[in-house]
Amino acid sequence: MRLRLASIVVLMLVAVNGMAQSGGELRFCIHSEPKTFNPVLMSDDASETVRYLTGGVLMRLNRLTQNLQPELATSWKVSDGGKTISFQLRDGLRFSDGTAFSAEDVAFTVQQLMDPNLHSPTGDEFRSGDGKVETRVLSQNRIVVTFPAPVAGLDKLFDQVAIMSAKSPQKEMAVLGPFYVAENKAGSYLILKRNPNYWKHDSSGRQLPYLDSVRLDIQQNRDLEMLRLVRGDIDFINSVDAEYFDKISTEKASVAHDAGVSLDSEFMWFNQVPTSSLPAYKKAWFTSTNFRRAISESINREDMARIAFRGHAQPGVGPISPGNKFWFNSKLQAHPFDQKSALARMAQDGFRLQNGVLRDRDGHAVEFSLITNSGNKYRERMATMIQQDLSGIGIKLNVVTLDFPSLIERMTRTFDYEACLLGLVNNDLDPSSQMNVWLSSAENHQWNPSQKTPATAWEAEIDQLMHAQASTLDQKKRKQCVDKVQEIVWQQEPFIYLVNKDALSAVSPALQNVQPVVLRPQVYWNIDQLQLTSAVAKNRQ
Amino acid sequence: MKWARAAAVIFLVVLALVCLLADFLAPTSYAHQFREVPDAAPSRHHLLGTDALGRDRFTRVLYGSRVSLLLAPAAALLASLLAALIGAGAGLAGGWVERCIMAATDLFLSLPWLFLLITVRALLPLNVSPMASVTITFALLGCLGWAAAARVICADTRALCRSDFVLLARASGCDGFRLLWRHIVPNLKPIVYAQFWISIPVFILTEANLGILGLGVAEPLPSWGGLLRELESFSGLSGQPWIFVPLVLLILVVSSFHLLMENEELTA
Repeated sequence: MRLRLASIVVLMLVAVNGMAQSGGELRFCIHSEPKTFNPVLMSDDASETVRYLTGGVLMRLNRLTQNLQPELATSWKVSDGGKTISFQLRDGLRFSDGTAFSAEDVAFTVQQLMDPNLHSPTGDEFRSGDGKVETRVLSQNRIVVTFPAPVAGLDKLFDQVAIMSAKSPQKEMAVLGPFYVAENKAGSYLILKRNPNYWKHDSSGRQLPYLDSVRLDIQQNRDLEMLRLVRGDIDFINSVDAEYFDKISTEKASVAHDAGVSLDSEFMWFNQVPTSSLPAYKKAWFTSTNFRRAISESINREDMARIAFRGHAQPGVGPISPGNKFWFNSKLQAHPFDQKSALARMAQDGFRLQNGVLRDRDGHAVEFSLITNSGNKYRERMATMIQQDLSGIGIKLNVVTLDFPSLIERMTRTFDYEACLLGLVNNDLDPSSQMNVWLSSAENHQWNPSQKTPATAWEAEIDQLMHAQASTLDQKKRKQCVDKVQEIVWQQEPFIYLVNKDALSAVSPALQNVQPVVLRPQVYWNIDQLQLTSAVAKNRQ
Repeated sequence: MKWARAAAVIFLVVLALVCLLADFLAPTSYAHQFREVPDAAPSRHHLLGTDALGRDRFTRVLYGSRVSLLLAPAAALLASLLAALIGAGAGLAGGWVERCIMAATDLFLSLPWLFLLITVRALLPLNVSPMASVTITFALLGCLGWAAAARVICADTRALCRSDFVLLARASGCDGFRLLWRHIVPNLKPIVYAQFWISIPVFILTEANLGILGLGVAEPLPSWGGLLRELESFSGLSGQPWIFVPLVLLILVVSSFHLLMENEELTA
């Protein structure tokens, strides 16, 4: 009987030892030093990482479900056409230094956020019109914030707003998130310690987070970061490229995680600026829908995803990635590779194939250059693949790689280019974040920026639809408008969408409760739920 | 060391011949993408495997070597001629002319080469063929690479002008073009040759550096710089020794040029 009991105890110990448990230090790398710890002033990746790990927010966008969930606010209500938002706050919460949390802190944070002298990058997203933002503290746990003009997707923007203490002597270092900054060795590492006053508990009533601390090592070299992961020095790499991913998959398949198609897109466009120095016949090509559609149909996106991105990408459809579950227009499909159809479209505009060379109706051979930024091997590969694809319909493409400042100079000031291949890193699900691209008056309307009046009827329609979706709170109506914008873009192809990359990450098996997702931060979005296996946790006490 | 120099000469000659005969030796076009077999290992069809886009690596090494081996000496020749002209002119003129030219040379030397190249290249027209782009890249290297050699040649010209045999020639009534052609140029030749040999590996490496930054020869034309980009991440290195072939060639060629250069320096 004793022997049996002892065996059970031993078995239980072995099982517990293998299971994840609380404690230990999570380690991963950031690629630069955080520029600031003030949450309203953050704009760089490293600072945003620190904000995510330390900041308490009123509501959080659940990266898995892509829905908002309550955090410091138990409920909220957007009213007045998107101008006003009222919050009901949790009672009895405290900052990491023990200072009590109240509606005054929310008012203080909003004032800091919207202070024109601070030029907060986070605050810029709330600026929709001239005038002051009003905050009305109704009680210790109720507050109403009124903006001068409607703000599209107002509630979701609060996902980025870490609440600061109005009274704490530690100022922005007093936090409401799962961790606080305990040590900062400039240029080397940061140690974040568990916030003793963090308000969340798990289902068994245990205070979160499970981890004791997080160590952020500043490591610019991606190769070294990879080696450190393989050696077990760090626990994950939030985002890896396709080549690294394949390498890891080959060596240790359990470490590699492909969360599916991300929100990022790679695309090309033609210069349609009327004042550019391009010859008139090229301007006529580039402004023709048939020409753009034909180019699009001549590009083999499947091959591009399979070869350039080693299968870790999907053919691009339009401005909203299929990874954006709610806003993507699922009726649309990527343009198929069909060079016969492309030549037929070209023929409608008077182009003809003569001795393997495509010529326009005036006899000009179709040749143009495609610029992209140097040093990005994926874009260079895509450009080279497009070069071969277009040669299939008699088009000569010259690929030119430029350093980034020269590229931006040509794109935004001199307009001295013909076609450009770039990508968009998108962190925001709400299509309102793309207003600065789709409005014809916008500076980032790259194919023909800063128009006084829309150059084409379809651009005017997009303007109208984007304004319409931004000025209503009715999600159904917004979705209809955004779906229509996607259809127009799909038909007109001012941007020829090529691929949407997958969200790839590498995670050590020592890390538990990990569910990599497509939204940033892919791996540690549920940081307060992450655990280390007991063996690793013990080693890092 | 004579055998080493002989080996270097033979290696360079054989390589140059192979590169010149690339059109006949290459099994396929350097630009053709065999999309069914990207990153393939060496096989009967692809002797050195294929690159990430499925292009035959052996063909690309042949053409890449041709580009680097033919255009680097051409750029070196241009730079050496410019250096000879400017350096010898300054050395012969002497006085304030020499000081002005050498000050300009010093200024030129102090410019950050790489950034200058990147800037000049960014200003070039976009619609040029890959062959024109590679010619322009090496012409730029040639035009920007004369300054250091010009300083050496200027100093040597000045020393020659003060030498006893030039004084004797002058005393005998020989001056102007005849003095330059009969007495100074023949004595400058070994120095110019040495500068030429020194410049070749420098330009090969500069093009390789530009290629690694993605600013070298335009796609799809291969060059050693472009081929070396395959080695930039550690994920591509293990288990694929054949992708080191361009690197091995580069090292062998640069070493061979250095061996020849030593010979020229001894002669000079």
